[in-house]
Amino acid sequence: MAAVKQTVEHVQALERYKHGFVTDIDQEYAPKGLNADIVRFISAKKDEPEWMLQWRLEAFERWLALEEPDWAKVSFPRIDYQDLHYYAAPKAKEGPKSLDEVDPDLLETYKKLGIPLKEQEVLAGVQGAPRYAVDAVFDSVSVVTTFKKELAQAGVIFCSMSEAIREHGDLVRQYLGSVVPVSDNYFACLNSAVFSDGSFVYVPPGVRCPMELSTYFRINAENSGQFERTLIIADKGAYVSYLEGCTAPMRDENQLHAAVVELVALDDAEIKYSTVQNWYPGDPETGKGGIYNFVTKRADCRGDRSKVSWTQVETGSSITWKYPSCVLRGEGSSGEFYSIAITNGRQQADTGTKMIHLGANTRSRIISKGISAGRSSNTYRGLVSAHPKAKGARNFTQCDSLLIGKTCAAHTVPYIEARNGQSVFEHEATTTRLSEDQLFYAMQRGLSQEEAVQLLVNGFVKDVLQELPMEFAVEAQKLVAISLEGSVG
Amino acid sequence: MLSVKNLHASIEDKEILKGLTLDVPAGEVHAIMGPNGAGKSTLSYVLTGRQGYEVTEGSATLDGEDLLALEPNERAAKGVFLSFQYPLEIPGVPALTFIRTAMNAQRKARGEPEITAPEFLKLARAKAAELKMDFDMLKRALNVGFSGGEKKRMEIFQMAMLSPRFLILDETDSGLDIDALRIVSDGVNALRSPDRAMLVITHYQRLLDYIKPDRVHVLSAGRIVASGGPELALELEREGYDKYARAA
Repeated sequence: MAAVKQTVEHVQALERYKHGFVTDIDQEYAPKGLNADIVRFISAKKDEPEWMLQWRLEAFERWLALEEPDWAKVSFPRIDYQDLHYYAAPKAKEGPKSLDEVDPDLLETYKKLGIPLKEQEVLAGVQGAPRYAVDAVFDSVSVVTTFKKELAQAGVIFCSMSEAIREHGDLVRQYLGSVVPVSDNYFACLNSAVFSDGSFVYVPPGVRCPMELSTYFRINAENSGQFERTLIIADKGAYVSYLEGCTAPMRDENQLHAAVVELVALDDAEIKYSTVQNWYPGDPETGKGGIYNFVTKRADCRGDRSKVSWTQVETGSSITWKYPSCVLRGEGSSGEFYSIAITNGRQQADTGTKMIHLGANTRSRIISKGISAGRSSNTYRGLVSAHPKAKGARNFTQCDSLLIGKTCAAHTVPYIEARNGQSVFEHEATTTRLSEDQLFYAMQRGLSQEEAVQLLVNGFVKDVLQELPMEFAVEAQKLVAISLEGSVG
Repeated sequence: MLSVKNLHASIEDKEILKGLTLDVPAGEVHAIMGPNGAGKSTLSYVLTGRQGYEVTEGSATLDGEDLLALEPNERAAKGVFLSFQYPLEIPGVPALTFIRTAMNAQRKARGEPEITAPEFLKLARAKAAELKMDFDMLKRALNVGFSGGEKKRMEIFQMAMLSPRFLILDETDSGLDIDALRIVSDGVNALRSPDRAMLVITHYQRLLDYIKPDRVHVLSAGRIVASGGPELALELEREGYDKYARAA
């Protein structure tokens, strides 16, 4: 299939990381390195109240005593934490009163990103644009927040974390760190000390958020760690759907991303959190230059009958290390985790979820689809546990792995702990290789090899794609195809 | 239409086809019969371009165009269709999606516009009715959980939808009960036309009661060792392949 291979190589050359560009906006850096003064610098830059500074400093003290974990099935050179910038922000000018005043370079960046959900129109203020609220995080600091008024009418607070700390201090103080404690793990602790910005959402009791909330994260500053902090609270009977999508420019040095996402669902509340992540995965041959994505995402189903659903499509990053989890505390609460993780080239992914059943009659469901191609390694790691009080807990887990080619690896590491006799846990796992027979069958019907791979892979991940909001699903499907270009033949 | 000359083909250095010569003119249906291991399936795979089959000598052309130089999907776009002996299951991909994707890929390769959704559905409903297929089955993942007979019927449905010029039926009768055999044969016969040719590969004469061949060839040990009219199939049914196995 020499002809096919040639075409594939050609397309690959064209497609090579579309998002590999750097926007030249004046950056304001903190000096390299990390110490208490840097923490104070960040806090001061953001005009934070004293309690926030103390919170950060305490986290920093604890971080000093922690050691970088090494249990994940990933390998990478040691990170020199003193060689990173911990703060980078577009130069503080007068806040933009309208989009016309936004730095044209920034708008250009959104354009280059090919922002899929028509947010670009939203950002550009086009009339009749769809009702998505975008809190755009441009390297650490939120620059544009739209639809704020409409949300405010519904009583929904959707703003940057910095603003929330200033304007809604009581809420932040009440919930920040209540799901992921400061010293939960090495990276979360680091984040707690130096987090730059992120999103804050509060949906009041009984309110159904009138639109999908969406944030685009983007790492832009050279050699700056990105430490997002997101906190979403759905009060009693509230509902909110949150979309997170990511791209990052091409870089020669590894970029560390250690975000923390905390979700709190009170009685009868529901939160749906969807992620599409396609950060730069590194050079396909050497793995050099890709993003390290070490993220802590956790939801606390604090209230009775509350529900949290995580859906993720992970195609990017050089190393992915994340386990969006649910603590099922409330009676009858439920958690869901739907995941597509694709690794190609030299990528390494160790991802999965934790479903911690604490309350009685709690339910959880895990559907994980891992696809490995090239010389990548893809690990599903999951914990399902039931506390002695979690009588009647139920879990269903399905982990499917698809291998493309002969030099990739897939691993499944499920941990299951039932500490009472009245829980029912089911676990199903399969590993299959994309078969030559299936490929030939599809090609005999007229599909090119690339089209055949796309069709088969889309079939494989369908169960998860259909959990994503519509527009996101379309985008994710394209992303799946792009991620696997040239993986066969 | 199809012209195969002195075709030699091997799998992993083992020669399976040893100088096969065959002509199937437009408008005709030819049957290939032969014992197990004669090379019947190899012939269908070599003609459709499956990986792992190496052609060491000879040629195969469709209307004078070299087939062997083309990728499998390019051959499909030229109108070559293989009804598989063992159709594959494609999890998560509805049959209609699969066929529409294939149809549009072929159209694109030929420089034709894509079929619109309403046109496609109209065509699918008509063809499904002809083959007495439950339309809901077409919304399910292709061949997943289908019985052997349902898979074969799905092959014929795909064939009817894609409307190829040169059709290869590889053991299409296996797994079919008598009613299904009749429906499938009706579907195949409906595609007979002066512009099309068919190669029907089968073990048994039974299928040829329904799909009447113009010519019958006996394939043994990688070569055509005898050719004749439909009566040859009846003779094989009576006397078996022994005579030809020896001749080879």
